[in-house]
Amino acid sequence: MKIGVVKELDSLERRVALTPATVPKLVQKGFEVLVESGAGEHASFDDSAYESAGAKIASTVDSLWQEADLIAKVRSPGDSEIERLRSGQCVIAFLWPAQNPDTLQKLANRGVSALSMDAVPRISRAQKLDALSSMANVAGYRAVIESAHHFGRFFGGQITAAGRMPPAKIMIIGAGVAGLSAIGAATSLGAIVRAFDTRPEVKEQVESMGAEFLELDFEEEGSGAGGYAKVMSKEFIEAEMKLFAEQAREVDIIITTALIPGRPAPELITDEMVRSMKPGSVIVDLAAEQGGNCALTQADQVVVENGVSIIGYTDLPSRLPAQSSELYASNIVNFIDDLSPDNDGEIVLDMDDDVIRGATVVKDGEITWPPPKVEVSQQPQKTAPEPKEEPADALPKKKFKLAPYAFVLALASILAVGLFAPPSFLVHFTVFVLAIFVGWHVIWNVTPALHTPLMSVTNAISGIIIVGALLEIGAVNPWVKGLAAVSILIASINIFGGFFITRRMLKMFQK
Amino acid sequence: MFDGFINSLYIVASIFFILSLGGLSHQESAVRGNVFGILGMILAVGGTIAAKSLDNIGIVIGMMAVGGVIGILVTMRVQMTAMPQLVAILHSLVGLAAVFVGFANYIEPLVEYEGAEKLVHEIEVYIGVLIGAITFTGSVAAFGKLQGVISSRPLMLPLRHWLNLVIAIVCIWLGAEFIGAEAQADGTKFLLIMTVLAFLLGLHLVLAIGGADMPVVISMLNSYSGWAAAATGFMLSSDLLILVGALVGSSGAILSYIMCRAMNRHFVSVIMGGFGTSGGSASASDIGGEISEILPDEASALLGSSKSVVIVPGYGMAVAHAQHPVAEMTRKLRDKGIEVRFAIHPVAGRMPGHMNVLLAEARVPYDIVLEMDEINPEMPDTDVILVIGANDIVNPSAQDSDDGPIAGMPVIEVWKARHTIVLKRSMASGYAGVDNPLFYKENNRMLFGDAKDSIDKLVTMIE
Repeated sequence: MKIGVVKELDSLERRVALTPATVPKLVQKGFEVLVESGAGEHASFDDSAYESAGAKIASTVDSLWQEADLIAKVRSPGDSEIERLRSGQCVIAFLWPAQNPDTLQKLANRGVSALSMDAVPRISRAQKLDALSSMANVAGYRAVIESAHHFGRFFGGQITAAGRMPPAKIMIIGAGVAGLSAIGAATSLGAIVRAFDTRPEVKEQVESMGAEFLELDFEEEGSGAGGYAKVMSKEFIEAEMKLFAEQAREVDIIITTALIPGRPAPELITDEMVRSMKPGSVIVDLAAEQGGNCALTQADQVVVENGVSIIGYTDLPSRLPAQSSELYASNIVNFIDDLSPDNDGEIVLDMDDDVIRGATVVKDGEITWPPPKVEVSQQPQKTAPEPKEEPADALPKKKFKLAPYAFVLALASILAVGLFAPPSFLVHFTVFVLAIFVGWHVIWNVTPALHTPLMSVTNAISGIIIVGALLEIGAVNPWVKGLAAVSILIASINIFGGFFITRRMLKMFQK
Repeated sequence: MFDGFINSLYIVASIFFILSLGGLSHQESAVRGNVFGILGMILAVGGTIAAKSLDNIGIVIGMMAVGGVIGILVTMRVQMTAMPQLVAILHSLVGLAAVFVGFANYIEPLVEYEGAEKLVHEIEVYIGVLIGAITFTGSVAAFGKLQGVISSRPLMLPLRHWLNLVIAIVCIWLGAEFIGAEAQADGTKFLLIMTVLAFLLGLHLVLAIGGADMPVVISMLNSYSGWAAAATGFMLSSDLLILVGALVGSSGAILSYIMCRAMNRHFVSVIMGGFGTSGGSASASDIGGEISEILPDEASALLGSSKSVVIVPGYGMAVAHAQHPVAEMTRKLRDKGIEVRFAIHPVAGRMPGHMNVLLAEARVPYDIVLEMDEINPEMPDTDVILVIGANDIVNPSAQDSDDGPIAGMPVIEVWKARHTIVLKRSMASGYAGVDNPLFYKENNRMLFGDAKDSIDKLVTMIE
């Protein structure tokens, strides 16, 4: 089967669907790869790189569309491209089936099959082909870089001979893949990062990336299906807006990544908040394509309002073309790998497979979108915490109450021994009880690393039982003498062996 | 005059023994601690021989020479991975010696006792022999399990708790008969029957305990051997024996306690065998999810590109004898400027401190070998965690779920690190029979194969 890689026609698109690094993986699986001349140009992959990786450069664009059985693209094919498709071909790209029903219809009319990378269901098995996450990761990183470019100051604080520079303060709204990636990039540049998300379970992830998690004094669960956010109640939104207004006055940079699947982006940063920001501040709106999280965002533009730059680029992944192409190409290769279970260089659209079913939006000229629902969640199911707390509290208390009883009992039994035992016994008993305490205190501080040597040395020391045997060796009874002699022998094994092995072990411990 | 001098010698010896145990608490003073122990032993044994056994000096020296040679030869050759069984078999010798000395002393006491003192003495003999006998067969059973002669799976006889109880009651009854026995021959007979029963009890107690609980068993037997010595001390009216026995006994008890705490289990439930009362409910199968494999070349690339690596060794490392390649890998990574540390769970391996000894043998510097509590807070800042042959001690369900055999057990929180790589032979579950959700986490990769082979490959691939 031949896979064709075409040059993207969109003027803002610099990515390419397959990269030289990913070609050999496909060739190994028995596919042929045809590349349009100049397809990887903007992503710094030239034709010769593809060729040396085992791909063929198509002689003409027409021949490529004619020969290829599977067309790999980044953007949804335009009308001119759809015309070139022939029946039985397969196309794979970001098709956005919900937003572009026309394209689906046109594709169906051509009698092709279409796989949409953005329709891959979000289940753990499909993570390796989750191109949305790969792109979001790049977008988050690039958003920070864009903001740094427009922000006239350092991100990290510095104290120099010329004075002290405070670190930049950044608020990131939405801690999905893009948000987390932005947190990572911003913290590693040295900024102070705060992040907000309606889903409380991401708090740990936010904190693990080195940001502070902003919280509302408000209880509402914000997780929808598939680990995405859902629409929140009015009260929640009010509390949220109050928080953003406070933060807007304080921070230098706001990066918004709030999106709810299939809906226009929620407006989170109002006109008023923008005006309250310090001049020179930057807002990067990753939701610009869906209308923007900021009231003043204009798609694909940088607007300067009141000294605040509002960046509404919708092509952030494409602004890091080599990296994005590499990630996207890996996703595509992983997908093709799933499509070709027999490794024979042919693909099969197995509609019983949830992942393939979800991504297949047109099959042999028939629209198969939307797919039947697959209920998935990446987050572990949370159980109500309330009933748990009580027993968890009660248990340790119960355990610890035993100790004082045991102590009192031990003291009482010592006294009881004194009442009945003969005085000679009590002398020994004193030694016994005190030795236990000495042992307890001496041993308590032993470092766990030395537990084994400690055991071997106590073992050697417990060979002191030889003293008992030495006392009995003078016996008249030959049996007793024999027993004592054997005891001396075995106790000696203990003493010599125990000390020797301890020495051997301790010699090994070194800094 | 001379007796007084011997006694003061014993006091000095006791001081040396206490200093010896104290010295073992830190790396810096540990070697000195061992020397103190040897000094104490020389004083105690030398003094006793000089005072009491000069008449039989030939037998004494002969027996000690034979025993000493055996002891040194065995311990010179033993592999560090076999330390647990060595310690177990040494414990058994103390138990056996206690039984012999007990019989010897009953048949021919050092002093003739009268009245209450005679009663007390007989109780002492009885208890000394009882503890010694349990220690002996218990240690032999532990040795068998650790050596692999006996299956390490717990032996679950029907009514096993009742069986133990019946033996205990019969032993008490025999004890009463023994004390009441007028003629020495009768007494010896009761003592013999009890010894046989105690042998069975010791055997059965340890056989019912599974392999992974061995750290508790070994330290418990260590404790028993101390109590056996102390009981012998009471019987012989020797303060030295009592003192040293109690020291050893309490040290073993503390170790057992530490081990039980590390497993969040009660001592009683461990020594009674089996796995708690909840009996491993089916918390396992519903985890699901997909595991992702990693190949050695990817793993070495991941390790090579990280800043901090933590290695969590478990019993699997000991079984595969992988400590030397692990140390070699550690050296290579450290030469590249990567921070490598080890995280040791208190019950990793088959005896307390087992992993530390193995790493020390492979010349891993001890200051990069940390305890669980020291390293846990640093997990989120760690790039890669390498779990080598460990399972239950890195199981997140110990914290997440409320039931199941390992719920509440403190574990090394490896899943908080950026990446984890688990080296494992197969997907079999750990000793506790609980599935491990760690394997299905997004940031976890499995490196299947024998631990030694895998690490060997990593060593060659890390430049």
